[in-house]
Amino acid sequence: MTIDYQIDDPENANLPHPNGHGPLGADMERRDGRDKVTGAARYAAEHAPDGLLHGVLKRASGMGTVCLTNVQEVEALAGVRLVLQDERMIRNAAQGTAGEAPVQGVDTADYIGQPVALVVADSSEIARDAANLLKVQSVGDDLPVLPKHGETDPDMQENSVTGKPQDAFDKAPVLVDATYTTPSLTSAAMEPHAAVAEWDGDRLTLYGSLQMLRYNRAELADCLGIEPDQVRLRAPFVGGGFGSKLGISADCVAAALAARALGRPVRVVQHRRQVFEVNTRRSETRQRIRLASHSDGRLTAIGHEGRVSNLPGEEFAEPLLQASYFNYAAPHRLLRSEMVRLNRPAAGSVRAPGAAVGVTAFEIAMDELAQKTDVDPVELRLRNLPDKEPGNGRPFSSHRLADCLTEGRDRFGWSDRAAQPRQRREGEWWIGTGMAAAVRVNLVMDAEARVRLTPEGRAVVETDMTDIGTGSYTILGQIAAEALGLTVADVDVTLGDTDLPPGSGSGGSVGAASTGTAVWLACAEIRRDIAARMGRKPEDLELEGGDVIVGNDRRPLMDLLSGETLSGHGKLAPGEALEKVRQATWGAVFAEVAVNDITGEARVRRMQGTFAIGRVLNQRTARSQAQGGMVWGLGLALTEAMVHDARDGHVVNRDLAEYNVPVHADVPYLDVCLLDDQDE
Amino acid sequence: MKTVLTINGQQVSLDIDTRVTLLDALRDHLGLYGSKKGCDHGQCGACTVIADGRRINSCLTLAAMHDGETIITVEGLAHGEALSALQQAFLGHDGMQCGYCTPGQLCSATAMLEEARAGRASQVTDDLTTPAPLSRAEITERMSGNLCRCGCYSGIVAAIEEVAAE
Ligand code: FES
Ligand code: FES
Repeated sequence: MTIDYQIDDPENANLPHPNGHGPLGADMERRDGRDKVTGAARYAAEHAPDGLLHGVLKRASGMGTVCLTNVQEVEALAGVRLVLQDERMIRNAAQGTAGEAPVQGVDTADYIGQPVALVVADSSEIARDAANLLKVQSVGDDLPVLPKHGETDPDMQENSVTGKPQDAFDKAPVLVDATYTTPSLTSAAMEPHAAVAEWDGDRLTLYGSLQMLRYNRAELADCLGIEPDQVRLRAPFVGGGFGSKLGISADCVAAALAARALGRPVRVVQHRRQVFEVNTRRSETRQRIRLASHSDGRLTAIGHEGRVSNLPGEEFAEPLLQASYFNYAAPHRLLRSEMVRLNRPAAGSVRAPGAAVGVTAFEIAMDELAQKTDVDPVELRLRNLPDKEPGNGRPFSSHRLADCLTEGRDRFGWSDRAAQPRQRREGEWWIGTGMAAAVRVNLVMDAEARVRLTPEGRAVVETDMTDIGTGSYTILGQIAAEALGLTVADVDVTLGDTDLPPGSGSGGSVGAASTGTAVWLACAEIRRDIAARMGRKPEDLELEGGDVIVGNDRRPLMDLLSGETLSGHGKLAPGEALEKVRQATWGAVFAEVAVNDITGEARVRRMQGTFAIGRVLNQRTARSQAQGGMVWGLGLALTEAMVHDARDGHVVNRDLAEYNVPVHADVPYLDVCLLDDQDE
Repeated sequence: MKTVLTINGQQVSLDIDTRVTLLDALRDHLGLYGSKKGCDHGQCGACTVIADGRRINSCLTLAAMHDGETIITVEGLAHGEALSALQQAFLGHDGMQCGYCTPGQLCSATAMLEEARAGRASQVTDDLTTPAPLSRAEITERMSGNLCRCGCYSGIVAAIEEVAAE
């Protein structure tokens, strides 16, 4: 049996009702933490089946038709098993939730750094050496690598006009008209992409570093030309994703093909420098933002026009405008974006696609307006909050931005700031403060999970959901414990295996809401079973401390099971609720920054973030996620930029010494406040 | 090439390709996958181990260069079932998300606390004549070779501060 549930209406039952003492929402230690601090957690590359061979991907150093000129020579080297160039190999990682193969074939290179072959050998040292010796020639015409040379793709445009924005801009008492650019950015998850592939007859088992197994399985099968049920993917631990592991990656396909060809298991680990090229980057952007307002800062018109890029054949455009449809109220709105096709490494989702750069640019424009109108930046935002979604009048499922702004303002001590720039100096440092609102759309996705209640009174949660650092192991255990009246220690959680029911996967912040609900539904089925055994309705039932309570009757769950295992299967589908209400998460971030008057060096001294992100399932892991987001904001603002060579588009700074992710010394203590936010 | 190492209290002898890094020796030849490979270039600190009491990036050095040395990896930080104070504090402050940088952070912090106790100065130490108190700035400076892309710096530093104060 399965409990199927589709969210068609705003869901405000908020089940289960926590009594405040249950595991749900608790500030609880990460359940897989012990494995992580002892080194016991096994990531993709850390599986070593007998007879393992090692593969190294070879990159193209030019664009055009690829010719490998010394394959025989390389294959003759001692310990080298194979130089693989196969039409099924992929050009770059698949886009998130593609569920089908990305562009295949590596006999032409569409961008510099594209994988063109795999060299397999007895050891990783031999494979690396042989890959270095392999000669790759590429012959082709110059392809566009600069935005000014690329062609706009007519199929990848967004165009939305409400009211008469141009009129409003023309007549505005106050107008901000500013253009911003942001560079390409990369996920740089700490674990490089890796795959260990092993065949048993025509069945493949692959350990991968992947975020969304249900889609990845279909993608890999499609790449190989086999059925999805011939593929088993496993990803019990994933060393960070941030979008870069949403889709099947080049290492997985190459490892599977080589393992098949050689009849031996093959491991392929991307080198850090390949991680920067063969997976997806965040597109560089150019954004023109126009804000028309009355003299008191109330907006009359919003314009947000952007340009992004991607490699030909990729159906992903950085969704820059996503939040601009509903962030602030204004009767007139102009939202446009276009994409140019460039032969740079493929663009795709990187943490908070669209919002990270779209909202940031927009918020900077809001600051320009605050300056022009002489309205306090927090007050300016408060003055422009919509009570319904602009344009279509949809209600918000919850809208806590005002609370984030005011709570954050108080916590940070915003009122102490000097309203004008260059008012505070300490030695050679200027001290300034700034703030921005944070907005991110909310989604749910299809998800399934199974829960079993064993005769010993333990629960087992099973789904192919991944935990990429987000805390899935922990919160899914908390949900089952809450629903079945157990302690978290009584619940085992098994994830990251496509032999289990397909969860949502990790991406787009859908995991907790989607797979978490599937786990809850599976538990609801078990509760129904228990109730039936007692001749009662599920709603009369209370489960607590391993006991079943109905009225005055309290008995151990184990007695009721009498040696049987109860099983529940939950299946969640997104429904019409996504259309009926606008769902989003909200936040406000405040920072104090010191800028050196002589060198221009910027140091963040304090940072406060207040967020309304829905129901918090675990205070501790949720806080870590929020802090992680703030570190990314700091990196975006101050340290990170992917540099493309102006002649051929290749990524110049493709390692962690040249692409600067924030380090310990860059980051002050990050104060986080999570507001209680449940849909009413 | 023959190399003898004492790893987490156990003597092991290896006969390996001279090109094998200490990190690959641990991972691929000894099955000690706790030490992580984030960059293989000395840029991220995920591979940090403690060699003869000093923290080093094990990807940047060949195993054969450590013949006769004592190596401690993340697998050797706990005493049996009992976690070290730092490991415990990392759990308490949630000084991790994906966990991939965690072994390196832990080995690095373990050795860093010893360095500080021994009075070694860092780039941000103002006065080189007296041992510097282990302020937040000292900790973050000394830990900056260990990247965490998940952005767990607040929890990691809080964990180190807690143990340093003991
Ligand atoms: S793997 Fe050694 S420093 Fe990154
Ligand atoms: S916990 Fe993921 S990189 Fe540090």
